[in-house]
Amino acid sequence: MRILEGEGVTKYFGGLSAVSDVDFYVDQGEVVGLIGPNGAGKTTLFNLISAALVPKPGIIKFKGRDITGMKPHAICRLGIARTFQTVKIFANLPVFSNVRVGSLFGASKKTSPAETGKTTAELLEFVGLSNVSNIPAKDLTLANQKRLEVARALATKPELLLLDELMAGLNQTEVTQAMDLLKQIRGEGITVIMIEHVMKAIMNVCDRIIVLHHGQKIAEGTPQEIATSKKVIEVYLGEQTNAGS
Amino acid sequence: MDVSGINSKKLITPGIFIVVLALLAALPFYASLYGVVLITSILMYIILTVSWTIFSGTTGYLSLATAAFFGVGIYTSAILAGQIPIVIVVILGGLVSFGVAALVGALTLRLKGVYFAMFTLGLVELIKHSLIWYEIKFTGTRGRFVIVVDNETIFWIMLGIFAVLLITTYIIRNSKYGLALQAIGEQEEAAAHSGVNVTMLKVVTFAISALFMGAAGAIMATRWTYIDPGIAFNINLSFLPVLMAIFGGMTQLFGPFLGATIIAYLEEILLTKFPYYYMLIFGVILSIVILYLPQGISGLVQKFWRRFPGGKSANT
Repeated sequence: MRILEGEGVTKYFGGLSAVSDVDFYVDQGEVVGLIGPNGAGKTTLFNLISAALVPKPGIIKFKGRDITGMKPHAICRLGIARTFQTVKIFANLPVFSNVRVGSLFGASKKTSPAETGKTTAELLEFVGLSNVSNIPAKDLTLANQKRLEVARALATKPELLLLDELMAGLNQTEVTQAMDLLKQIRGEGITVIMIEHVMKAIMNVCDRIIVLHHGQKIAEGTPQEIATSKKVIEVYLGEQTNAGS
Repeated sequence: MDVSGINSKKLITPGIFIVVLALLAALPFYASLYGVVLITSILMYIILTVSWTIFSGTTGYLSLATAAFFGVGIYTSAILAGQIPIVIVVILGGLVSFGVAALVGALTLRLKGVYFAMFTLGLVELIKHSLIWYEIKFTGTRGRFVIVVDNETIFWIMLGIFAVLLITTYIIRNSKYGLALQAIGEQEEAAAHSGVNVTMLKVVTFAISALFMGAAGAIMATRWTYIDPGIAFNINLSFLPVLMAIFGGMTQLFGPFLGATIIAYLEEILLTKFPYYYMLIFGVILSIVILYLPQGISGLVQKFWRRFPGGKSANT
């Protein structure tokens, strides 16, 4: 089943087209990778899906329903959650409260305070932040702040999760941990679209990859197809890459 | 955060409020007239400061529109007082301010940082000059007389507004909306993407804070007996609540109270004892607090509280 569809999605910033006439779809339960050089329009596409920006022209459908032009909070309550390329945490609030916000406001169903507390605690356990739940979020390491964003997004009980460079700036061990986390999220049946530059992660985890370049979709396919696509190698991966290893 | 700290705080804080309110309510029976009038002024400053803090203290949107909403209350009272019971006038004053703030908020709360602050400051002047124009053009006068109400009644109504404000603040702070307001102050975009209806929440909170400012203005007008747009829309009343909140510290519920009480009392004392040096002394004290007590007076109180073996609210 198509959980997300975009038709002719376009966004101009002044005269510059950040995303131009992109058609895409995501099936339920899939993990889709979104790759491309810097400035290709990947984050803009995320902003369009999560309603931080409105496509013009273009239509975005979630579970068959046209969601173009809805407000970010409404999109979130519908079941699309996201994280940010540069972490956007509630820096001075405790880690626990960060996640609680998502649980209190993002879920479509109303929950009792006790339930919210329970969900929050479980999610902190899930991402491995239980032992730091009382410290201000700003005191976490970057890797943990990114985990916190994931937990906050998951607290809204999403069906579709948009992960914007979850692994950027993390060291080798942290990347491995993040990949494990990703596999667990997928195990929960949540559909994921991820922007990532860490090729190892993309090739390992994704079912399908979409490649953007200058705002346009230039390729789409399984990791194997993408890794061997001449066009993708030319604009993004480069000749020397050992992608897929 | 220490869990036992929260629980004991949850019981102690309302307890203290009830005792203080009861003591204050009986004030006209044991205090002098001067005392009643002084406490009325202090209460007015507390109301302005605490209601300012509800919105600006949490979201970080610096509103300088306090004088505008206070003035709207004053004019509501000037027009209506004497025709209907004063309590209703006060409620209407609050509601009119609520309406103005909701309208203004819906239009301007997309502005960020200094732009929002400048707009709200401009709002005070805008309403003031529109009123001057209206009064001269249509009523042919500049000022209005307001029906006189006795000091005890003014005091009790002010105390009533104060009590309702306290309850409202307490409820907001302990509700999920209090957390959402803090989240907006920390990272508005992330709050929106976590399901918080940021526009709605900002506008409603802004309007609630204006409700109390307007109500306070409506009752205060009856003490001044004569008002004109210059008196009603006094720009000082936009800045004083900000100073009082900073002075008291905004991280604790009692911070703005402390700030407003101390500064209002200080102003009264300095103004009567040292009329010529009043502003100078006032400025020095304020500078010292801002330089050396970034968390305000309440931060200092907390620091001492933590040293007590019993004061287990020490966190961080």
